[in-house]
Amino acid sequence: MAVKDYIRERFLPHIWCPGCGHGTVMSGLIRAVEQLGINKNDMVMVSGIGCSARISGYLDFHTLHTIHGRALAFATGVKLSKPDLNCIVPMGDGDALAIGGNHFIHAARRNIDITAIVMNNRIYGMTGGQFSPLSGIGVNATTAPYLNIDNAFDVVKLAKAAGATFVARTTTYHAKQITDLIMQAITHKGFSVVEILSQCPTHFGRKNKEGSAVDMMKRYREITTPIGSKKKKENPDLIERGIFVQENNPEYCIEYDKIIKKAMKG
Amino acid sequence: MEKKKLKQHAINREWCKGCGICVEFCPKKVIELDRKEKVIVVYPEKCIACKLCELRCPDLAIEIETE
Ligand code: SF4
Ligand code: SF4
Ligand code: SF4
Repeated sequence: MAVKDYIRERFLPHIWCPGCGHGTVMSGLIRAVEQLGINKNDMVMVSGIGCSARISGYLDFHTLHTIHGRALAFATGVKLSKPDLNCIVPMGDGDALAIGGNHFIHAARRNIDITAIVMNNRIYGMTGGQFSPLSGIGVNATTAPYLNIDNAFDVVKLAKAAGATFVARTTTYHAKQITDLIMQAITHKGFSVVEILSQCPTHFGRKNKEGSAVDMMKRYREITTPIGSKKKKENPDLIERGIFVQENNPEYCIEYDKIIKKAMKG
Repeated sequence: MEKKKLKQHAINREWCKGCGICVEFCPKKVIELDRKEKVIVVYPEKCIACKLCELRCPDLAIEIETE
């Protein structure tokens, strides 16, 4: 099937600003599903609130656009009742790790077979540029006009510590890697987290003088490096890209099924 | 993998928002923005059909058709 067969064309052009990285993430995600040859009726996408969450409106899967931060809770319910569906939860940094932080760590802890995609632009775009738990120290935001003093989460470390069994990171500059990592995350049996650095030129870029979408993507090329590269050893400040965790642990729906069988025996 | 040859760029002018991402990162400088800030193909003969423009476009506005 072609990329267009996976979208609801009537809703395009989409709402995202020119150069917003979220469109590139959506494109990479569609290509992952296409290359895996998954029927769109076997896909379910559950999103919360934010610019990123709008993605569920554009994809011709089963889609649920739910409430802020709670997408993973809804997704857990969907997955438990229909474990054969491939479940994807796209989230922004605020949605995933501020209001949704609790759901995030517990979904990871349970190792439920859901693919969480954290589209990290380090700011709340939709509501006008407030700082998020991923903004980090020194960032300019509407709510931090004298610069932010909050430390940022490291999504990879957090997901790993909470129990996610597949954890990866890339950026919108590395578009092929988006597809590759999402394919592996979907195929992985367990909770997978793919963090994608995604530019918000409108708020983050403007407030932090990072220039246009193009400039922000060039920056992703400069500040990231493959895991364990020589460059990383020379410059420890570089952000690593690739797969950090890939392990097999008991998956929640399978374990839950076992409990049902046990209970039925009485 | 066999090298694919370009047939054409399928451009959706209504969806293109003129962000310039495809233009900037095209390794062969095949495409440009026109006066209306929409992408146009200027040197199709130089295109190596690498699809990087298609993959990075946030608006699904450009598609590389190969032979
Ligand atoms: S505000 Fe930022 S995140 Fe939201 S659509 Fe615009 S560029 Fe994208
Ligand atoms: S396919 Fe590659 S070479 Fe051709 S226009 Fe796109 S980016 Fe340029
Ligand atoms: S990347 Fe897409 S939206 Fe941006 S200028 Fe190129 S075709 Fe238009």
